[in-house]
Amino acid sequence: MSNASSLDQHAADQHGYGASHPSGILRWLTTTNHKEIGSMYLIFALIMFFVGGAMILAVRAELFQPGLQLMQPEFFNQLIGVHALVMIFAALMPAATGFANWQIPLMIGAPDMALPRINNWGFWLLPPAATLLTLPFILALFGIGDGAVATGWTLYAPLSVQGGMGVDFAIFAIHILGISSILGSINIIVTIFNLRAPGMTMMKLPLFCWGWLITAFLLIATIPVLAGAVTMLLTDRHFGTNFFNAAGGGDPILFQHLFWFFGHPEVYILLLPVWGLMPHVISTFSRKAVYGYKAQVYAFIAIGVLGVIVWAHHFLTAGLPVPALLYFMYSTMAISLPLAVLFFCWIATMWRGAMSFETPMLFALGFIVLFGMAGLTGLVLADVAADAQYHHSYFVVAHFHYALFAGGIMGVMTGVYFWLPKWTGHMVDEKLGKLHFWLTVISFNLTFMPQFFLGLAGMPRRIPDYALQFAEFNAISTVGAFILGFSQLIFAYVVWKCIRGGEKASDKVWEGTEGLEWDLPSPPPLHSWEIQPVIK
Amino acid sequence: MKMPHRPCQRAAVSLLGLLAALLPALANADYSWNFPTPVTPIARNTLHIHNEFMIIITVLFVTVFAIMIYSMIKHRKSLGHQPAKFTGPTGTVQWLWALVPFAILIFIDYILVGIPAYHAVVQMEDTKTKADMVLKVTGMQWKWQYEYPDSGIKFISTLATSRDQIANKETKGPHYLLDVDNPVVLPVGKKVRILITSTDVIHTWWVPQFGVKRDAIPGFLRETWVNIETPGTYRGQCAELCGKDHGFMPVVVHAVPEAEYLAWVDKKKNEMAAAAAGSDKTWSKDELVAAGKEVYEKQCAVCHQPNGQGMPPAFPALAGSKIVNGPLLSPEGKLIKDSHVDRVLNGKEGTAMQTFKNTLSDTELAAVITFERNSFGNTKGDLIQPALIKALR
Ligand SMILES: [Cu+2]
Repeated sequence: MSNASSLDQHAADQHGYGASHPSGILRWLTTTNHKEIGSMYLIFALIMFFVGGAMILAVRAELFQPGLQLMQPEFFNQLIGVHALVMIFAALMPAATGFANWQIPLMIGAPDMALPRINNWGFWLLPPAATLLTLPFILALFGIGDGAVATGWTLYAPLSVQGGMGVDFAIFAIHILGISSILGSINIIVTIFNLRAPGMTMMKLPLFCWGWLITAFLLIATIPVLAGAVTMLLTDRHFGTNFFNAAGGGDPILFQHLFWFFGHPEVYILLLPVWGLMPHVISTFSRKAVYGYKAQVYAFIAIGVLGVIVWAHHFLTAGLPVPALLYFMYSTMAISLPLAVLFFCWIATMWRGAMSFETPMLFALGFIVLFGMAGLTGLVLADVAADAQYHHSYFVVAHFHYALFAGGIMGVMTGVYFWLPKWTGHMVDEKLGKLHFWLTVISFNLTFMPQFFLGLAGMPRRIPDYALQFAEFNAISTVGAFILGFSQLIFAYVVWKCIRGGEKASDKVWEGTEGLEWDLPSPPPLHSWEIQPVIK
Repeated sequence: MKMPHRPCQRAAVSLLGLLAALLPALANADYSWNFPTPVTPIARNTLHIHNEFMIIITVLFVTVFAIMIYSMIKHRKSLGHQPAKFTGPTGTVQWLWALVPFAILIFIDYILVGIPAYHAVVQMEDTKTKADMVLKVTGMQWKWQYEYPDSGIKFISTLATSRDQIANKETKGPHYLLDVDNPVVLPVGKKVRILITSTDVIHTWWVPQFGVKRDAIPGFLRETWVNIETPGTYRGQCAELCGKDHGFMPVVVHAVPEAEYLAWVDKKKNEMAAAAAGSDKTWSKDELVAAGKEVYEKQCAVCHQPNGQGMPPAFPALAGSKIVNGPLLSPEGKLIKDSHVDRVLNGKEGTAMQTFKNTLSDTELAAVITFERNSFGNTKGDLIQPALIKALR
C-alpha cells in the first residue's frame, strides 16, 4: 500500500498535478483521467436512466386504462420515441463506456486510456446531445415548435420528413452522440491493441475487453451509416432532396435499410460489453475458472459478423421479395448458435463450482434466465410468417425489453454491484442490493410478461389508447412498471451509500476473483499501473 | 428472503394491499393467451407454427434452466462443494456433452422450425395465383380507402367511435376504437388479392384473424392475400406509427356469403351513381354548408379541430386563415396556386395536409370548401358548385 502511494506521489509530480491541479468544476471539465471520466460516464448514464424512466412511466400511466386521460396522442408519440433514444444512447451506451473507461486500463495493466484528451471530449459531447434531444419538450412549453421528435426512435421516413423541428433536434443529437461513440471506440481499440501489459496476448485478454473490442468495431462500422441516413433525412426535410420520397424517385424503405443496418448491430453493441462481463462475475462467484474462453471469444466475433448481415428482419412486413425473406430468416436464426455457445459456457462455468449468491451473482443469474427468454422469443420472431403476427405488436415490445432491460440494464447493474467495491473501496449494502434485485426481477416480469400476451391478442405498439379487450393486461403492466421504476431508486441510494462509506473492501474484494485489476488497492490510486505488470 | 428494514416491510405490505385490491377485477376478466381464432389458411398455418415454436422454446428454456438450477442447488459453497478445475471439454464424453446441444440446435433451427417456416413464407407470398378478385387498400392519415377495381367501387373508411368516448365523457361501446363508418365487405371462400399503398406516410394494414400484416408504402404497391373461410366481422388496426391518430385508424372487414356480397356491390354502385349525379346539379348555399359540415367532421376536424382553430404549428387554424378567406380563381378563370381549392384538392407536400381530389367526390369537395369559407367566423360568403370542382380537377 505504502509502495502504491509513493508511486502515486511520483505520478502526481510527473503530470504536474500538484498545486496546478484544477479543482471544482474545472477539474471535471478538463480531466483526462480514465477513472474520473469513467465515473462521469456512469453518473451521466444513471441520471439519464431516470429521465428516460420518468418518460415511460408517464406513458404507462396513460395506458393504465382505455381512453385518453393524461395526454394527447402527439405528446404520447414524443414520449415513446425520446424514451427509447435516451435509454439507448444516453443511458445504456454511456454506462458501457463508463465501464470500459474504468476497467479496461485496470484489466490490461495500462496507466490510462491511449487517447486521454479524446476521451474527455467523448464524454463532454454527451450532455449537449442529451440537451438537444430533450430541449424541444421545454421549448414547446414556451410555445416554440411542437415538441420533441414524435416518430418513435426509428425515425421512419416519410413520417420524419413530415415531423416538426423536434426531428431536426434529434438528427443533430444523433450526430453528436455518434461522434462521441466513434471517439470512444477508437480510443478503446487503440488502448487494447497497444497498451496491454507485456505477456498479455490477445488470447489472454480478459473477456470483458474482448466484448468491448467487438462493440467498438461494430460502432465504427455502423454509426457512419446511421449518420448518413439521418443526414439524408435532413436534406430531404430542408434542401429538396428526394432520397426517401417516391414522387421524386426515392424510396421510403431505403431509410429502413440504412437505419437497421445500424439498428440491429446496435443491439449487440449494447449487449457485447455485458456478455463480456458475465463470465468474470459467474467465475468469481462459482470460484471456478471461466469455461470455454476461446469459444466465447469466437462467439463474440461470430455475433459481430452475423450482426451486420441480418438487418432486414426488422421490417419483414415491408414487402420484401421471397428470396430476401428466406435469406434474412435463416441468417437471423444462425445467431442462435454463437448465442448458445455463450449460454453453454456461462452454465458450464457454474457447473461443479462452489457457488455463493451475493448481489452481483443474483443479477448475473437473473440476467441469464431473462435474457434467455429474449433469445428464444427472438428465434421465433425470425420466422417470417409468425413475424407477420408479432411484428409492430406488443410481442416485439416485450421481446426487446427482455433483451435490453433484462439483458442490457440488468447486465450493467451486475457490473456496478461487482466493481463498485473496487472503485470506491467500500462494500455494497448486500441487504439493499438483494432487495433491489428481487423487486426488479419480479416487477420486470409483471411489466413485460403481459405484453407478450397483448401482442398475441393483436395490440399494436405505439398506440396511446386501446380497445377494451386489452385493458386487464395493460393495467397489470402499468402496476409492474411503477414498481419497477420506483425500485430503481433503491439502486441509486445503494450506489450513493457505497460511495459515501461502508465496510472496507479488500484489494481482492471477492473471494474467487481472478485478474490484474484485483491486485490494485481498493480504491485504486488516481494513477494506477504506472509500472506495467508482466503476465507470465 | 428477510426484509431488512421496517420501512421496506411497510412498503411491501402496502404494495401487496394494492395488488389485492386490483386482483378481483383482474381475476374476473377473460384473458386472451394466444392468437385470436384464425379464419384464413395463412392465419391457421401461422397459429399452428406459432404453437409448435412456443412448445419448442418452452422445452429448451425448461431444459437449460433446469440444468442451471440443479447446479445452483448442488454446487454451492454453503454445502461445502469443492470447485472443479476444468475450463473446457476434455475427452470424448465431454466433447459429446458440448457438441450434442449444438447439433440439436441446428436441427431445431433449420429442420424443425426452418422447414415449416419455409412453406409458410411461400404460402404467404403466393399472391398472384388463382386470385378471384382484387381489393386495393390505401392508407392515409388517418383512415383507409378501399377500392374494388372490378366494380369501380371506392370509399373511405374512418373511425366510428366518438371523440367523447375517447375523452372518457361517454361510456365506451363494445367495439371501442375498432369500429368504422364504412367497413370493407368481402365474399367468403374467394381468394382476394390485396394491393396496398399509401398516400402520405407508411401505414400497416393488419387484421390479426387473417394472419396478414403488410406495410402501406407511399409510392409503392405491396400485396398480400386472404381467403376468408367463415362469415363474420373481423377487426384490426393500423400497425405502423403514422402520426397523431395512429391509434385511431381501425380496419373492419365484413365477410359475407357471395350472394350477399353481390347484392352489396349493386347497392354501392347505385349510391355512387347517385353521388355522381349530384355534381351536375346546382346546389343552394344551405345545402352545401350542411353537407360540408358532415364532410368536415369526418375528414378535417381531426387536425383542424371541430371549431376550426387547428393545433398550430403542425395543423393551422382555418378560422381567420388567409387561404380560406382568399381568392380562388385568377381573372382568367384559372385555379390560383396555394388557394383554398388548390390546397384541398392537391394538399401540401411534406405536411399532413393530403391530396383530397382522389378521395372525395366533386360534391363533397365543393360542400366542404363552401362550409369552411362560411364557418368559424369566416364570412367569405361565396359558394362553390360541384361543377366548378369538376372543371378544375
Ligand atoms: Cu396508420
